[in-house]
Amino acid sequence: MRNLFSNFLLPILLALSFLAASIMVQADVAIPALAQSLVVDLTSTFSPAEIAQLDAKLKAIEVAKGSQIGVLIVPTTQPEDIAQYSIRVTDQWKLGRKGIADGVLLVIAKDDRKMRIEVGRGLEGAIPDAYAKRIVTENIGPLFKQNDYVGGVNAGVDKLIGLVNGERLPAPKQQNKTASLGFENSLVLFLMACFVGGAFLTAMMGRFLGSAATGGAIGGIAWFIAGATGTAIFVGVIGFILTLLLPSLLGGALSGGRSGGYYGGGFGGGSTSSWGGGGGGDFGGGGASGDW
Amino acid sequence: MKKISLFLATIALSLSLTGCGYNTFQAGDEEIKAQWAEVLNQYQRRADLIPNLVSTVKGYASHEEKVFTEIAEARSKVGSIQATPELVNDEAAFAKFQAAQGEMTSALSRLLAVSENYPQLKADAGFRDLQAQLEGTENRVTVARNRYIASIKDYNIAVRSFPTNLTAMMFGYKTKPSFTVENEKAISAPPKVTF
Repeated sequence: MRNLFSNFLLPILLALSFLAASIMVQADVAIPALAQSLVVDLTSTFSPAEIAQLDAKLKAIEVAKGSQIGVLIVPTTQPEDIAQYSIRVTDQWKLGRKGIADGVLLVIAKDDRKMRIEVGRGLEGAIPDAYAKRIVTENIGPLFKQNDYVGGVNAGVDKLIGLVNGERLPAPKQQNKTASLGFENSLVLFLMACFVGGAFLTAMMGRFLGSAATGGAIGGIAWFIAGATGTAIFVGVIGFILTLLLPSLLGGALSGGRSGGYYGGGFGGGSTSSWGGGGGGDFGGGGASGDW
Repeated sequence: MKKISLFLATIALSLSLTGCGYNTFQAGDEEIKAQWAEVLNQYQRRADLIPNLVSTVKGYASHEEKVFTEIAEARSKVGSIQATPELVNDEAAFAKFQAAQGEMTSALSRLLAVSENYPQLKADAGFRDLQAQLEGTENRVTVARNRYIASIKDYNIAVRSFPTNLTAMMFGYKTKPSFTVENEKAISAPPKVTF
């Protein structure tokens, strides 16, 4: 058995691993994850303190304007062109807000001596290709030529921040949790209110009156959150109908096992202070590339 | 009881629609239309840049007539094709459109190559901005084309694979044309090296 392994299987395994390694060399450069910081440096060109400083600058503009500017430094993008690589990165990172698409990405391939500013669709007016090209050749390039990478990136980022600040963009969302309820969260809340509040109120006041009370309460809450009377009335009426009909639709299933059930969900809260990553911004290939 | 059966019937019906791929075709078709509109949009953006670019280069290199006539010919060819959303359903017209735009691409790159010989032109700020815009637009065209190709691929796989091909046959959905390498022959021929 041992002979079989060393004589027969081992060479095959070795050959396979060599094959895998050679394929890995040919494959496209992997895209690092966008985790905590808007600055990702795979070349250790920046010290941790310099990364933190630049990241703080970028997070500040995100809080003030809502736009996300990311910086990625990789050794190389070969065999891909830097433009091909950067559009793949933006497809994955999704910098900028969804629907507004106000993201910018500065990619630097250090060993290739190539860089690119990738501009989100929503900022193509604020940062036209010609401006992006000037930032690459006039602000970043000269400093890179003197091997001042930290200074060059900061100069480029400052210029980008200036251009973004000059653009009128929709105001960023408040950090307040109730105001930023997504549609899905509101739907879950709404259904839970129908179930829990409805069960409670119908038990107290009878089916029709209880349903009406639930609908009214849900409408009131919706009015409080959304501030729109039409929406509130609509939500309230739906709540009334659902509370009235749900027990008869699901009656059989519910009377069997009423225990627990309702409290399974949870709201996924807890880490409100951590940064949420890319916002869902869309890129169409605008921007400019350059070398130094 | 009646309500439950109605409820279940609705779910069953919508599930069966999903299973046979009808909804996939509808979603894919809309996706392709949107991507195609983006491709046309970016080609149009490029076309709008050309007059300015040509007049700037002419200011410094007016005697390079060959490039200018090439650009003019490519422009008239592109202009003669009606670039409509329906182009994606017509293989021959699509190929013609692609060929015309490809000619424009090569005419433009020759124009830029010629401009390399004129240092004064290269130093002109207006020309540099136009060049950056043209580069950006060519890149946008590439991105739009790649996204179009990706959406076409999903759609065509659905048209040709079982069981969704039965739905495609029933409703008469056909595979849609995709972009191919424009100068296939030029690339596959070995480069000529002369000393």
